[in-house]
Amino acid sequence: MEKTVTLQDSGAIDTQTLDINIGPQHPSTHGVFRMNMKLDGETVVSLKPVMGYLHRNHEQIAENMFYLGSMPYTDRLDYFNSMTNNFVYALTVEKLAQIEVPERADYIRVIMSELTRLVNHVSVTGFLLNDLGAFFTPVLYAFRERERILDIFEEVSGARMMCNYFRFGGVKYDLSGEALVAIKDVVSRFPKFLDEYEKLLTKNEILCMRCQNVGILSPELAISASITGPMLRASGVNYDIRKVDNYSIYDRFKFRVPLGKVGDVYDRYYVRILEMRESLKILEQALKEIPAGEIMAKKMAPFVKAPRNFKPPLGESYARVEAPKGELGIYIVSDGTPQPWRYHVRAPSFINLTILEDLCVGHKVADAVVILGSVDIVLGEVDR
Amino acid sequence: MFYGSGVLRGMLVTLKNMIQSYFCKPEDGGLFTSQYPEKRLPEKERFRNFPFLIYDKEPENLRCVACDICAKECPPKCIYIIRDFDTDGKPLKKPKIFDIDLTVCMNCGICEEACPFDAIYMDHEFEISGRERQGSLLYHKDDLLKSNEHFHKIRPTDAAAIDTRRQEDEAKKQAVKKEPPKPPSTAS
Repeated sequence: MEKTVTLQDSGAIDTQTLDINIGPQHPSTHGVFRMNMKLDGETVVSLKPVMGYLHRNHEQIAENMFYLGSMPYTDRLDYFNSMTNNFVYALTVEKLAQIEVPERADYIRVIMSELTRLVNHVSVTGFLLNDLGAFFTPVLYAFRERERILDIFEEVSGARMMCNYFRFGGVKYDLSGEALVAIKDVVSRFPKFLDEYEKLLTKNEILCMRCQNVGILSPELAISASITGPMLRASGVNYDIRKVDNYSIYDRFKFRVPLGKVGDVYDRYYVRILEMRESLKILEQALKEIPAGEIMAKKMAPFVKAPRNFKPPLGESYARVEAPKGELGIYIVSDGTPQPWRYHVRAPSFINLTILEDLCVGHKVADAVVILGSVDIVLGEVDR
Repeated sequence: MFYGSGVLRGMLVTLKNMIQSYFCKPEDGGLFTSQYPEKRLPEKERFRNFPFLIYDKEPENLRCVACDICAKECPPKCIYIIRDFDTDGKPLKKPKIFDIDLTVCMNCGICEEACPFDAIYMDHEFEISGRERQGSLLYHKDDLLKSNEHFHKIRPTDAAAIDTRRQEDEAKKQAVKKEPPKPPSTAS
């Protein structure tokens, strides 16, 4: 950490640092999160994130639960993106039990997880603007589009946010023709909305002033702190698990990985906008190619009515997906019983939050709030 | 472009949106919200909320046989079932107590998936609130019972499919009964 020159050092006036807590009940901390700050005037000297206020014992509950029973609990990790949470859990168990997923189910999964990425990125840019003080206009424009996607989720899975839609070896319901038309409609109208949104924000001088060169994350620090997701790519590191790991059927789609140059808050905002455009490309291709057929693996058919009887073989597995916030992984050790012996979640929000102090030191309090907004955390996932 | 043009263009976007909100349809950028208690959006058929118990024709005739499968599968364990017994102490195929604690239920729908007797389904009702923490949100058997007609009303396609399947099963059972006894494997 560089030593900042303070008023006290200059000897002009005798001052003290001030301890201040932002949170746990502060609207700009995006939930029950506490930042324990030391301030010199308005400049942040040190910052300690305090987590755990929303701890719900997810891992222990999952270890005492039959395998499918944890699926609705994964919805509640990152409650903005329940589909990708379902996705990674289904992938892990499928890897463990070696289940082949039918092609249509794979396409439905990709469509759903890309729609989730749109939901997340569009609302996180809105909330970032909320933190900047552009109160609620951008976020409500964003929510207007989010609403259409949540309507699709409700039509397809039965719930807007707690979808509980994926099953081991497939998905719960088939996509109906109307749902496909609705998704196509959303995909066709989304670029127009993005253009409007960018016109509102991207070249806005106030946004540029507040965001450019604030909270710069160097690529070296990002890699050594194992930051993932849009935050890492905003620092210019080309690492996208959809490209690196090719899980599910992502190797069939053509898309690019947008990268930032500076690694500041503005880059993190802009990378998310560009990622939405790439997601739309994936969605267009997937909607064009989606085949007809089964949505559930034959091997898993007996367990649809009796999930308790599902016993994966002895072993361990780790699967990861590119969740909207970063690398979301689940690690399971099975001992052959209906419950996992060990269950662990690698939560991107939590790991991206660990470098908050390095980003914030030397900036003003108001900037610390913006930097936290650009990290994109959901406290349900941070604390689990 | 001059300094501040970005802000001005952004302001034009908000102005356009404001004007659109008065004159356009919701699909083209008009007002998107609906005035909830007076005006309701149509319910999606798959929408799921708290579960209910289904009965055919009369409330006595409920499909639940107190097999306890849903209570075992329920992830947060919010279902509590006790089987009914007749006066001789013989177990009956219906529940004496069937409680669901709605404060614990997390609307996942696994009970509906696991039930082998088509007895429990997810309802569309969401306007539930109670004045006390326990009491009114602990639903007993009588609160949970709803007719098959209600099920047909909220989820027509699912209900029709389930009804035809049940009728077919019933016909098969009748046929098996009339015929001379067969090995048990084919009778199932």
